[in-house]
Amino acid sequence: MPPIALDAHALLQGLYSILPETLVVATAISILFIDMVLPEEKKRVLCGASLIGIALSLFAIYAMGPAKVSGFSGAVVHDGLGAFFEIVILTACALTLLMATGYSEWEGTHKGEFYSLLLLSTSGMMFMAKGTDLMTIFLGLETLSIPIYVLVGFHRGRMSSIEGALKYFLLGAFASGFLLYGIALMYAATGTTKLPALVSLLYDPRLAADPMFLAGVGLLLVGFAFKVSLVPFHMWTPDAYEGAPTVVTAFMSAAVKAAAFAALIRFLLPTLGGLQPVLWKVLWVLSVLTMTVGNLSALLQDNVKRMLAYSSIAHAGYILVGLVSGGVLGGQASLFYLLVYAFMNIGAFGVVMLIARKEDEGYDIKNLAGIGFQYPALAGLLTLFLVSLGGIPPTAGFVGKFYLFSAAVKNGYVGLAVIGVLNSAVSIYYYLRLVVYMYMIPAEGEVPVPRPPRFAFSLALCASAAAVMVLGIVPRSVLDFAERSVLSLLM
Amino acid sequence: MTGITALLSTNLLTVLIFFPLAGVLLLFLLPRNDPRLLRNVTLIVTLGEFLLSLPVALAFDGATAAMQFVSRAPWIPAYGIEYHVGVDGISLWLVMLTTFLMPIAILSTYAAVEKHVKEFMIFMLILEVGMVGVFLAVDLFLFYIFWELVLIPMYFLIGVWGSERRIYSAIKFFLFTFAGSVLMLVAIIALYFHHYEVTGVYSTDLLRMYAIDIPVKLQFWMFAAFALAFAFKVPMFPFHTWLPDAHVDAPTSGSVILAAILLKMGTYGFLRFAMPLFPVAAFDLMPVVSTLAVVGIIYGALVAMVQKDMKKLVAYSSVSHLGFVMLGLFAFNLQGIEGGILQMINHGVSTGALFLIVGILYERRHTRLISEFGGLSKVLPVYAAVFLIVTLSSIGLPGTNGFVGEFLIMLGAFKTTRLLTVFAATGVILAAVYMLWMFQRVMFGKVTNEKNLGLPDLNAREVAYLLPLLVMIFWIGVYPQTFLRKMDASVQATVVRIEAKRQAALSGRPAGETLFARYFNVGK
Repeated sequence: MPPIALDAHALLQGLYSILPETLVVATAISILFIDMVLPEEKKRVLCGASLIGIALSLFAIYAMGPAKVSGFSGAVVHDGLGAFFEIVILTACALTLLMATGYSEWEGTHKGEFYSLLLLSTSGMMFMAKGTDLMTIFLGLETLSIPIYVLVGFHRGRMSSIEGALKYFLLGAFASGFLLYGIALMYAATGTTKLPALVSLLYDPRLAADPMFLAGVGLLLVGFAFKVSLVPFHMWTPDAYEGAPTVVTAFMSAAVKAAAFAALIRFLLPTLGGLQPVLWKVLWVLSVLTMTVGNLSALLQDNVKRMLAYSSIAHAGYILVGLVSGGVLGGQASLFYLLVYAFMNIGAFGVVMLIARKEDEGYDIKNLAGIGFQYPALAGLLTLFLVSLGGIPPTAGFVGKFYLFSAAVKNGYVGLAVIGVLNSAVSIYYYLRLVVYMYMIPAEGEVPVPRPPRFAFSLALCASAAAVMVLGIVPRSVLDFAERSVLSLLM
Repeated sequence: MTGITALLSTNLLTVLIFFPLAGVLLLFLLPRNDPRLLRNVTLIVTLGEFLLSLPVALAFDGATAAMQFVSRAPWIPAYGIEYHVGVDGISLWLVMLTTFLMPIAILSTYAAVEKHVKEFMIFMLILEVGMVGVFLAVDLFLFYIFWELVLIPMYFLIGVWGSERRIYSAIKFFLFTFAGSVLMLVAIIALYFHHYEVTGVYSTDLLRMYAIDIPVKLQFWMFAAFALAFAFKVPMFPFHTWLPDAHVDAPTSGSVILAAILLKMGTYGFLRFAMPLFPVAAFDLMPVVSTLAVVGIIYGALVAMVQKDMKKLVAYSSVSHLGFVMLGLFAFNLQGIEGGILQMINHGVSTGALFLIVGILYERRHTRLISEFGGLSKVLPVYAAVFLIVTLSSIGLPGTNGFVGEFLIMLGAFKTTRLLTVFAATGVILAAVYMLWMFQRVMFGKVTNEKNLGLPDLNAREVAYLLPLLVMIFWIGVYPQTFLRKMDASVQATVVRIEAKRQAALSGRPAGETLFARYFNVGK
């Protein structure tokens, strides 16, 4: 066998196609080095450096424009869909970073590793969003997961943090196993791991009866379902979310979900027209179960972090509605919702972080009592985020749900839309419960003083709030962007 | 000059909707420790809003049924969602009622609301944005946004400034009305795609929706979804259970707005959306709706009769009065619908006044139990006179507004559902029983409770906000033509449109088709 000649042009194109990821990885590695020489009291520089890396990466995405660039023999592609998800992921990462310095200092966990782990995980997510080969997606998934396991257990002095990390790690390892096994089976049945080829094969009637192929698709779905915490693969979520440092929880809830959905959308959306009915039914049931179980469980929580964890499960169900409905509208609605979700959920976690003051017992719902009129700005922001999570106009959460359920109705799944809206009516109860505590129940004794936010922290909160309002009132341009992104996949 | 007039008339409604929002921004800037200033500023904003709405009523052309003062702009053009507002004879007086009552409600809070005045006023103004928006929106998407926008401020008004069980009542109010309206959202979406299938154009414009014919089977489900949302809001029996709780625990001004305007959003929804969009289903379900309306009339009246709490009594009387409105609307003729609209206004004026009157007593004695009072007419002569006039108007004595509305409703309903109208008429008698009996127990006889001896009579501020209501009671009672004249054309057009669309949808269907076959029989 002759040695494969080095194709310099292809290599350059490949490197160009992963430019935004490269920038993030480079930042992560430089931070590790800077951290070694930096004195303890100057660690905040690292946060700034990470933000610069993110900004460069975002600029690269902007400069690369909407053109499709595929690289490494079709293992990754830079296209509209990838760009949209990278923006969502990088936005979530930037918001997290803005909150992180203050938080880490309060908790006494201010370490340079935190930032580089966060950035490495982000780069994994970006690869996952751009992967067009199941192997790339798997590698992206692992690159995102392993730093996250560490970050969940970052508070090594707290039992709940360690417990959450261990649980997440064990179940996550199983999920990765399922995913890899699914990829292997699909490869055995079809001889390829490339998504475009697999996607066209999904239409093939011969494969419909091939148990190996079906088992492969099933295992793959289990792996993804675990990462986006669809019911019944959600068991780890409440514990990991509760145990993790709250900044990490905020990051996980928005960014990990976006990355895993990116891969799911790449895999499923082009095929849904001719999707095997069995597969469709499975997704339908998963979506209904996820919405319903997530919301009903959230009703019973007295710990705000845990409640938001269940709410995040329910939201995965809503986003799946868009995917089940399929079509351009369905995909676009899912994309839009993931972006909106990043803003409103990270925003909500941010405010809660300030009010709670310390991990674990600080997140008891009773701590919110009396905050409302004592700290009107904080309480107002949290109310806005909760109202948006509940899907009440004129916030972005409403527009997002409107498009998700529109997609369902358009494609004939009226039942799914009805279940969805009833679920959002249920969810109103627990979101409003926080509002009740803030505004309507007087505190027992003194109202605890929230942590004074740093400027960066306030900036993150205000930016999220502005995004929630702007996307709720003039969603037009972002919706159009989401539409172009989905079209770039389907064309 | 004409340019300026044109500019005004195309933007007047937009200004009208968002003017209170400017007041909200102003309030944000004011210091929270000066409640007097906050109250006065809010009062001026709401008075300004009322003045802004006057040209709408004065320049409104009663000869045409078309939307007037229309203002439209693309909003999410790829989906045909538009910002489209306009006013016609159906919405005109509801908008005017809103702007008219807001300053009154604000004035009534001067002594009643003492904590968190700033937030209270902000919520009141946001509420006004939502209410005016609901009545002016001609786009379904826009309508839904305003419809939901109303919930949050009202939820806070009840939950923060309410009495004992305020949290329970606030959540119940929110969940009941929200759960009702989400299904309407699904129906709006379904209607939107149906419109696209028929015409090839994406649009949420109500006027375009009026123009298409909807298959009868689809009409049934969509009507059900819309009607459920509106029935919760009205509220119709048996969806009314949130209302007494919300009313009892809301602060006085909240109750006034809730009864006078929020409930009208439900009846207005029936008339503007559910009936003209789905005429076949609406007409076929008329017996059900009308029966529920009459059950509501009688049930509300009977329950009102046995209440010990004056506010709860007024709340149940609302269930009864709104039953009349629904009966009138579902008569599907000019008299019934005009009577219904007029009765919406009347109920707003009279019940609003009743809540204010109860509130005045509550401010003085911190109780609303009928048994705590007695013989007040000697202590509070002016108060007694006002109370009597409002009571008589609520009963529907000729010469007051209530009579005209109820008479027209009966007239209209008698043409369509004779037997039910007879039953409904007993509601008028029952109303006289519960209202006069309450009045007698509270106002007449000897002063039985010595705490009532030193009560001060109405002060100037209270007279100032009750007087406009008394004027309206007699104005509508003596010369309703001022109001009816401007709604004639629109109501007539609605009646004609409903009938024409119903005939069109039913043409070609077998004669004597049963309703079950029409809506459920999938066979063949």
